[in-house]
Amino acid sequence: MVDVTPHGADLIPPAEVGEMELYHPHSWWTKYVFAQDAKVIAIQYSGTALAIGLVALVLSWLMRLQLGFPGTFDFITPEAYYQFMTMHGMIMVIYLLTALFLGGFGNYLIPLMVGARDMVFPYVNMLSYWIYLLAVLVLVASFFAPGGPTGAGWTLYPPQAILSGTPGGTGPGIILMLVSLILFIIGFTMGGLNYVVTVLQARTRGMTLMRLPLTVWGIFTATVMALLAFPALFVACVMMLFDRAIGSSFFMPAIVEMGEQSPHNGGSPIMFQHLFWFFGHPEVYIVALPAFGIVSDLISTHARKNIFGYRMMVWAIVGIGALSFVVWAHHMYVSGMHPYFGFFFATTTLIIAVPTAIKVYNWVLTLWRGDIHLTIPMLFALAFIVTFVNGGLTGLFLGNVVVDVPLSDTMFVVAHFHMVMGVAPILVVFGAIYHWYPKISGRMLNEFMGRFHFWVTFIGAYLIFFPMHYVGLVGVPRRYPELGDTAFIPPSVHTLNEFITVAALTVGFAQLVFLFNLFWSIRHGKKAGDNPWRATTLEWQTAGTPPPHGNFGKELPVVYRWAYDYSVPGAPEDFIAQNDPRPSTQGGHA
Amino acid sequence: MSAILIFLGLVTAIAGWWLARQRLMSKPWLEVGPIDAFPETEAPVMHPAKIGLGVFLAVVGAIFALLISAYFMRMAYADWQATPMPWLLWLNTGMLVLASVALQCAVVAAHKGQLDNLKFALLTGALTSVAFLGGQLLAWRDLAAGGYYAADNPAVSFFYLITAMHGLHIIGGLFVLGRANVRAWRGDKLARLVLTTELCAMYWHALLVVWLVLFAVLMGWAADFIDICRRLLS
Repeated sequence: MVDVTPHGADLIPPAEVGEMELYHPHSWWTKYVFAQDAKVIAIQYSGTALAIGLVALVLSWLMRLQLGFPGTFDFITPEAYYQFMTMHGMIMVIYLLTALFLGGFGNYLIPLMVGARDMVFPYVNMLSYWIYLLAVLVLVASFFAPGGPTGAGWTLYPPQAILSGTPGGTGPGIILMLVSLILFIIGFTMGGLNYVVTVLQARTRGMTLMRLPLTVWGIFTATVMALLAFPALFVACVMMLFDRAIGSSFFMPAIVEMGEQSPHNGGSPIMFQHLFWFFGHPEVYIVALPAFGIVSDLISTHARKNIFGYRMMVWAIVGIGALSFVVWAHHMYVSGMHPYFGFFFATTTLIIAVPTAIKVYNWVLTLWRGDIHLTIPMLFALAFIVTFVNGGLTGLFLGNVVVDVPLSDTMFVVAHFHMVMGVAPILVVFGAIYHWYPKISGRMLNEFMGRFHFWVTFIGAYLIFFPMHYVGLVGVPRRYPELGDTAFIPPSVHTLNEFITVAALTVGFAQLVFLFNLFWSIRHGKKAGDNPWRATTLEWQTAGTPPPHGNFGKELPVVYRWAYDYSVPGAPEDFIAQNDPRPSTQGGHA
Repeated sequence: MSAILIFLGLVTAIAGWWLARQRLMSKPWLEVGPIDAFPETEAPVMHPAKIGLGVFLAVVGAIFALLISAYFMRMAYADWQATPMPWLLWLNTGMLVLASVALQCAVVAAHKGQLDNLKFALLTGALTSVAFLGGQLLAWRDLAAGGYYAADNPAVSFFYLITAMHGLHIIGGLFVLGRANVRAWRGDKLARLVLTTELCAMYWHALLVVWLVLFAVLMGWAADFIDICRRLLS
C-alpha cells in the first residue's frame, strides 16, 4: 500500500486547537465531590447508575419469585408486583443504561478519545451529574412515599397511571416519578450539550471526524438523538403532571371512577402514547448506538484487526439515528391505528434492519481471520453479537403488524426486548468495564472472577430469556402477577417459570461477584501499565494511568492516522497508536 | 405529530448539510498525517459556547414543536373550544420584539466598542423582557377573571402550559442577561462582554421566533393556514 492523502489535504496546515483553560480544583471537595473533571464525573455517574441498577436487579428477583412461586411470599401483593415491575423497567432503561452509557462512558471516553483536556463546559457538566443524582434520589424517595412508588408500568400510560386503581396513582408515587423524569431530562440535557460540543469543537489536531473511534461516533450520535427525543418525554411528563395535579384533560378522557365522575373530560390517552414512544423508540437506539460503537472497538482491538468497513459503520450509525425517529408507532399497533399507518411504520421498522445488519456483518467480517484473543472484553463483545442477532430476529416478528397483534402483550415481547435492549447492552457495559477498568484504576480486574462472571451471565441470560419466548408463544400475557388456573396455560409453563426464576436468581448473584471484583481489584488487581491491550486509541496513550487532570502531558497529542491500525504488514508491532508519527515500516503505515 | 416531524426535518437538513462538509467519503485507512478536520482551515472558528447554545436551542425548539404537535392533536377532539385571546398579547409580543431589537443593538454596540450604548441596550433588553413577563401574567389574570381556568377546557390548559413554558425559558435567559447587565454597569472590560452579549441576543432572537410561532398557533392562525393548505391540496 502507498501512503495516500487524498484531496491534497496534506497541503493544508493542521489547525491549532486552542488550549482550553482548565479549572484546577483546590480542595478535596472540588476534586472528588463537586468535581469538574469529566473523569471524576464519569465515575460518579457510573457509581450512581450501578447502585440504582442494583436496586432494579433486586426488584427483578422479587418479580421472578412471584412468577416462579406464586403466592409463596406474602409481601409480594399484586400492587407490589406492579410497583416492582414499573420501577425495574424505568430504572434499567433510563437511570441505569442511559446514564451509564452517556453520562458514564461518554464523560470518561469522549475527552480522552478525541484528545481533549476535558469537556468544553466543565461546570455545566458537574451540574449535570448533581441533577441526575437528585433525579435518582427523588425516584428512590417514591419507594418511601405513602402508597409507594407508581405501579403504572414503565410506559406510564394514562388514564390508569393517575387513577386510584393503580398503585401510587392517586398518592405521591406518580408525581415523584414524573418529577424525577423531568429532572433527569434537565440534567441529561446539560451533559448532552457537553458531549456534542466537545466532539464538535475540542478534537485535537489531526482528529478528523472520520478518524474518530467508533465508540465516540456511537456516543455522539446517541447523544444527539437523546437531545431531540427526551423533550417528548419531558412534554408528556409535564402534561401528565398537569392532568394529575390540577385536573386538566390533556390525556384523561371522561371516566367514572369508583362510581364517581372524574373531573376529566375528553382527553386523549393515545396522544400520550404518541409522545411517549416518540421518545421511547429512539431511546432503544440511544442505548444501542453507544453499545454498537464500543463493541466495534472491543472487537477490533482484541482481534488485532482493523474494523471492517469503517465508513459504512459510521454511515450506519448516522442512518440508524435518523431512521429511529420515524418508527415510533410500531409500539402502538394494538392502539387502534389506521391500517395505513401500521403499514408505514412496519415498513420503516424493517428498513432500519438494513443498517443494523450491515453493522453485524462488519463485526463478523472483522473477526474473520483475525488474531482473536478470547479476553474477557472480547468474550462479552462476542456474546453481544449473538444476543443482539437473537433479539433482532424476534424484532422482525414483532415489527410486522399481523404477527405483532397476537404476540403483543405476551411474554414473547418481554423476552424480545430483554434480549435486544436489556441483555445485549448490558453485555457491552460489562465488556467495556473489563476493557477500560485498567485505564480507570491502573489495575486489571481479576481474571478468574471475570470469566466466572461472564459464563454465568451469558449462559444464564439465555436460560432466562429463551424459554420466555415459548411461554409467550403459548399465550401467557405479560404484566400478570399470577396466572392462576387458566385453561389455555399448560402445566409446563409453570415448570418453565420456576426454572426461569432459578436461573434469574443465579445470574443475579453472579453480578455480586462482579461488584466484588470491582472493589477487590482496586487494591489487589494485577498492575496494568499504560496500555495493557496494546490498543491504538488516544486514551491508552495518556501521560500516566489513571490519566492525570488534563488527561495528556504538556502538549495535546497530534493524530496521524485512524483508530484501527492493527496488524499492519511490515510494521514492527501489531498496532500503531493514533498519535504515532512514524511513517510506513518504521512503525507507521505500510 | 406533524409539527415535530417538520422541525426534525429542519434539524436533519442542517445536520446533513454540516455532515456533507465533513469528508464522510474519505478513506481514513489510507490517510496518514495530521490533516485538519475542516478543509477550510482559514474560516473563523466558532466559540464553543455558541455551538452549545445552538444545540440547546434545537432542544428548546423540539420541546415547543412537540407542544404544538400535541396542541393540534388535542384540537381534533370534540370538547375543544377556542379561547378568547387577551388583547394584551399583542402588546407583549411588541415588548419581546423590542427586547430582541435592543439586544441586537447591544451586539452592534459591543462590536463597535461603544460601552455606553451597550449598557443601555442591555438594560432595555432586560426591562422589556421583564415587561413581557409581567404582561403575560396580566394576560393570565385576564383569562382567569373571565372564568377560564387551566383545568376547564383543553384550549385554556394549553394556553397556560405553553405560555408558562415559554416564560420559564425567558426567565432562564434573564439570569444570564441580568448578569451581563451587572457586569456592564459595573464597568467590566468591553472585550469580555462581547461573547455574553452575542449569546443573549442569539437566545432572545430564537425565543422571539418561538413566541411568534406559538402566538400564531394560539390565535388559531396556524390552524386556519393548515386548513387552507389542506383545501388547496384536496
